[in-house]
Amino acid sequence: MSSTSTKPGASVAPGTSAAPLIKIAHLDKSYGAFKALEDMQFELRAGEVHVLFGENGAGKSTLIQIICGVQSFDAGTYSLFGENVTSLTPAVAHQKGVSIVFQEFSLIPDMTVEENLFLGHEMTSGGRLAKGAMRAKVQTVLDRLGFHLDPAARVSTLRRAHQQMVEIAKALLWDCKVLILDEPTASLTDQEAAQLFDIIEQLRSEGLGIVYVSHRMPEITRLADRVTVLRDGKFIATVNKADTSEKELVQLMTGRTFDEFFPHIKRDVGDTVLSFENVTLQSGLAENISFEVKRGEVLGFAGLAGCGKSEVLRAAFGLEVVTTGRITANGVSLDKHAPRKALSNRICYFPSDRATEGLAMHQSLISNSSIAALDDPVFSRGKTLLNRRAEKGFTEKMIDKLKIRTPGLNAKADQLSGGNKQKLMIARGLSREFDVFLFDEPTVGVDIQAKLEIYDVIKALTEEGKAVVIASSELAEVMHMSHRVIVMREGKIVGELDGEAVTEDALLSHFFDHGDEETQGQHAP
Amino acid sequence: MTAQAALSESRASKLMKTIGILPFVLVLTCVLLALYEPRFLRTSNLINVLRNASFLTIISAGQMLVIIVGGFDISVGAIVALTSVSSALSMVGLSSMGIESAGVIVALGCLMGLIPALMVGIANGFLVSVLKISPFMVTIGTMTIAAGIAGYVTGGTPIYDMPELFTREIGRGKVFGLPYIVYAAAIVLAVLWYMQNQTRLGRYFYAVGGNEKASRLSGLNTRKYIWLAYVLSALLAGIVGLFLTARVGSGEATLGSNLMLESISVAVIGGVALKGGVGRIQMVALSALFLAVLSNGMSLARIDSKYHIIIIGLVIVIAVAAESFRESRRSNHV
Repeated sequence: MSSTSTKPGASVAPGTSAAPLIKIAHLDKSYGAFKALEDMQFELRAGEVHVLFGENGAGKSTLIQIICGVQSFDAGTYSLFGENVTSLTPAVAHQKGVSIVFQEFSLIPDMTVEENLFLGHEMTSGGRLAKGAMRAKVQTVLDRLGFHLDPAARVSTLRRAHQQMVEIAKALLWDCKVLILDEPTASLTDQEAAQLFDIIEQLRSEGLGIVYVSHRMPEITRLADRVTVLRDGKFIATVNKADTSEKELVQLMTGRTFDEFFPHIKRDVGDTVLSFENVTLQSGLAENISFEVKRGEVLGFAGLAGCGKSEVLRAAFGLEVVTTGRITANGVSLDKHAPRKALSNRICYFPSDRATEGLAMHQSLISNSSIAALDDPVFSRGKTLLNRRAEKGFTEKMIDKLKIRTPGLNAKADQLSGGNKQKLMIARGLSREFDVFLFDEPTVGVDIQAKLEIYDVIKALTEEGKAVVIASSELAEVMHMSHRVIVMREGKIVGELDGEAVTEDALLSHFFDHGDEETQGQHAP
Repeated sequence: MTAQAALSESRASKLMKTIGILPFVLVLTCVLLALYEPRFLRTSNLINVLRNASFLTIISAGQMLVIIVGGFDISVGAIVALTSVSSALSMVGLSSMGIESAGVIVALGCLMGLIPALMVGIANGFLVSVLKISPFMVTIGTMTIAAGIAGYVTGGTPIYDMPELFTREIGRGKVFGLPYIVYAAAIVLAVLWYMQNQTRLGRYFYAVGGNEKASRLSGLNTRKYIWLAYVLSALLAGIVGLFLTARVGSGEATLGSNLMLESISVAVIGGVALKGGVGRIQMVALSALFLAVLSNGMSLARIDSKYHIIIIGLVIVIAVAAESFRESRRSNHV
């Protein structure tokens, strides 16, 4: 890493005469009766990375959406580059020099990289698109960022990490003074993330003001000059990173202290319930996978994004086509595997993409929680009728047990926050008897409180004698939750660690071909 | 897709990927038809095919624009009827008012024909883009209204006595051996090709249909482009209405009743994705030509017209299935 020389920021330039780029004071924003932001304040100076830190639902997204003109605000003042703004649109904000990298939703899948980069700001000459000039500009930006992307590739053919790179390039295509990054590393590998950090540091040294939204402590430690903490839509504090420890930050964010983040899960190993023998997938994303899981243990799958760990879980649930090898559950060989077969062999899967594969977003909590078990006698009357009372009772019990925060039983899944959606999925998993629980990225996009509750569920399941498999890109999570960890790289199993041997160094040395020093970015929060 | 796979991909399959199989199918159909039935190659027959393809191209071009922005225009057929009735009534009215010049009558009559079409388009666009009502329901509603008005004003009888300039010259006349409608279709094809490939507007249509929210975040006025697509579609349907009226020589409230289904079929066979964001005018034109050749071939072969629609229905289902197959294979590779 090259940029050790650029560490300006708040500690170097406190109280300089230069006016802040953004100053927000006493800002209120409500959606109906719900107060999204209350008496919010925020300030961004040139040449700093300012981290917005808070749980999901704390108001971070609302704040950045107001900054870049997607949302309006009800009361308070927002001054951008010294001018008071009252009504801002995304186009105007962009024109003034505010660029944003959204977490999602901002690329057109059927358009090429180049077309996406210029969307809304195409260069023209005489009403005609200046394709040559645009191609040249795209190439300059991609070279500067060090992204190896084909400008003519369609976005839908790129993997997520590359799509994320397109988002970043899109924001940096035009000169900007304020850059907003909303969890930009969520789908990047560590190497790509390291590259991004270098770029961010370079931009900071060029005098940009950068608003950085992230939960991830290592990134905050590496990048932040100042941190503004939000909780429940309220401003809690703005602190200099240099004077504040991680522990203090987490305390500010949650408003409470906790000593132990990950629960201790007792290991009481029983029979083997799921095993893979030399399984190779048709998609080529996982090859020669062999492992087994026993009752009463947690098996973790670790590796970089795209290493094939999710595909292994998907294969276990019959969502991938197996070309060679055998998957066995409770001694039954699962040929022509499919989700229906997995369910009847007591395998339960929680996808990482809750919106498209997990929940019916427009249906009620009740129908979402019981859908997988409607053929169970508990939920039916006779062969065809539903037992509505049992469904309702079950959902009530689960809301209570999993502490799902919801406006009501008939609320739509859409109305819940990320963590509560995940808990709703877990409720579905508890609706019938399973032996194996497969969690794909169990806590992605979930706030810290919900995370702890999900960990408790995993602990309870394991100690009841279920087998649990977790695939997670969050190293700390796999490391602390699992009794055994299998590390994958480029579709192959490259290492297996057990019990005491599961350490960060041991895991990371398996992550990369050479186990290089670029890997220090990952620490437990 | 891995780098190796991309490299080993043959040139032929690359060509297939960019232009699809439609051109090959079209050529094959023509060759088979010419061999089976030499009358197909007669100039008069070919001009007939070209004329039908031109009608289809223009109306499907509008349908394509609407489907690209993620919608549907069910009302195009009724717009054709409404235009026909209103232009015919205007021309008859204008000549009874004692206007001598046939040119003025025809020009004003065409204008009066396009105004109701434009109004339906504006209403469709408003209801879909501003009030966010499902395009399907909106255009079913406006279709019914437009068809109802056309039927009401004519009382069900065709309107004759339009100037000869309109019915004979525009309807049946030729320039350099080709009917006027062919030139009209060529202009529509050229303008839309230029728009789709060379202008911002074209990009924005694709963007809005590809991901409306992302487009809004990129600073596009998404409502404007959705609205505009419906207006253009209605306008193109209106133009088809005028030419059809000239061709049949009377204003009729039943004109174009099958054009709604045909325009959607042409768009779909031409690779316009129903999910929005995808579709090229040149492919739509090819697809229109294909459908025109197919119908013509079936007529020449004396296949009962009842079977025509069955066969066309099969072609549509195959086209959609092929598209969805390609789509799923592509997403499996990623």
